[in-house]
Amino acid sequence: MKVGVCVKRVPETGARITLTSDDQAIDTSLLGFTISPHEECAVEEALRIAERHGGSTTVLTLGPAAASEQLKNAMAMGIASAVLLETDGGDWSAEATAAALAEAMRAQPEPFDLLLFGNEAADSGDYQVGVRVAHTLGLPCVTGIKGIEIDDGRLTARREAGGGWEIFELPLPAVVTVKEGINLPRYASIQGRLRAKKTPIERIQPQPRASALETIRLVVPPEHETHVEVLGAGADAAQRVVAVFRELGLVGL
Amino acid sequence: MILCLVDNDPVSLEALTFARRFGEVEALVFGDIDVGGYVARARRVVHARLDEYAPTAWAQAVLELEPEIVVAPGTDRGHEVLAHVAARIGAPLAANVIDASVDSEALQLTRQRWGGSLLEEARLTGTPKLLTVAPHAIDAEPSGITTTVEDFTPTLGDEHFRVRVMRREEPAAGTARLDSARVVVGGGRGVGSKEGFAVLEELAKLLGGAVGGSRVVTNLGWRPHSDQVGQTGARIAPDLYIACGVSGAIQHIVGCKGAKRILVINKDQNAPIVARADWAVIGDLHEIVPAIVAELRKNGA
Repeated sequence: MKVGVCVKRVPETGARITLTSDDQAIDTSLLGFTISPHEECAVEEALRIAERHGGSTTVLTLGPAAASEQLKNAMAMGIASAVLLETDGGDWSAEATAAALAEAMRAQPEPFDLLLFGNEAADSGDYQVGVRVAHTLGLPCVTGIKGIEIDDGRLTARREAGGGWEIFELPLPAVVTVKEGINLPRYASIQGRLRAKKTPIERIQPQPRASALETIRLVVPPEHETHVEVLGAGADAAQRVVAVFRELGLVGL
Repeated sequence: MILCLVDNDPVSLEALTFARRFGEVEALVFGDIDVGGYVARARRVVHARLDEYAPTAWAQAVLELEPEIVVAPGTDRGHEVLAHVAARIGAPLAANVIDASVDSEALQLTRQRWGGSLLEEARLTGTPKLLTVAPHAIDAEPSGITTTVEDFTPTLGDEHFRVRVMRREEPAAGTARLDSARVVVGGGRGVGSKEGFAVLEELAKLLGGAVGGSRVVTNLGWRPHSDQVGQTGARIAPDLYIACGVSGAIQHIVGCKGAKRILVINKDQNAPIVARADWAVIGDLHEIVPAIVAELRKNGA
């Protein structure tokens, strides 16, 4: 079984987002970077599937040269090989990203049996790259998955819906986009880090393409200003808290 | 044609309301939700093999009508179906739009990034124009128009049913739903341990609410992931959110900004979440929450 997993390098935003002066990007001068949360779970799931069923794992990303940090992090967790589709750092549209990824996947010496994505990237939130790759490669696809089982060439996928679960079955090869909660990602081991450091990354120069969805500028939405009433400090505030509950009609008078 | 995909979901009625700004909208209805009063014309999808959700079959139904604009709710299904439509025809898809206006051949739109903590102003050209509407961006409001409903049977083949829901597991009876609870008691790192949530459970029970947690808490395994309030978890909209020992990272704020009122219990008066609160109690939640529970009990709750 050959499992591919796609990740995206995104800033760790903390408590407040600040933009660059031209409003075209987040000011990342003081920020660290990470793999988008759903995708970190996709990496873990790829490792678990390869451990259970045997096979190889490959991580792919489209991003600037610095995104090799995220590929190394995935390899430190245990992913065997990495492909960087290197850009000049600007935002790529979902269509262009998917087209470049699909081309890189096709160029692999052996086809993938399973391709994992995050349900949506934390930053752009486009909800579509995995589906587009699936269409380009002619593979079945399901999104928003929080449970995967593979048995005899068929994949069973679970999606949370209305507090219960919807269960899908797909033939392999297939594309699945996952959500955080499917697993708890492992930490990288020391040996993993050392191995990742030594493993070379395959580099590809993808061709950009224009999109009919064009970003004009980014805007930090106005803060929801509230007037905070401090009800007190410590346990003595309990009476006043219960008075608030009463005011809201949450408890009887 | 301006088409709006309608699923059995209240967010679909918000999407219908949103879509009316573009002109006369037709609803493409999957399931048995009532769209009366929202649009003049609705097509109810009727197909022998569509007894269960099948994303590519839904996408094919949309494509068969050759619409110029397609609007869908910003839900798992809405995003998935429109992503399939977009991929089939090679058109862009603008996800989680909160505002849009027609500007000659283009749409000027505002959409959510980072779960809504950042907005993007964008221009969408080409045909068809595909967009999903972010949940709770606007209220669902019927226009009072008389609605004619007709059956619509799309032409579907085996290739459209390669992926579909094979079976379902219903939610366990009596589980308090985080996304529809009237009160949510949330815990963050300050709760300190899995066991520390017992007193939050008690408070939630007395108020008839549900318990949630921050991403830190679900990543540490103190709560199951299904309890997470945040960008990668549930978006809650209770009358009151009680945030205990939660600092208020963007990831969490995005999940609880639908709350009508917020009460914060936190040691640190300068924690970002305090600035978002209506009420705050400063101090150790392990003393304050039990005192609130005792006070409620004393009052016969």
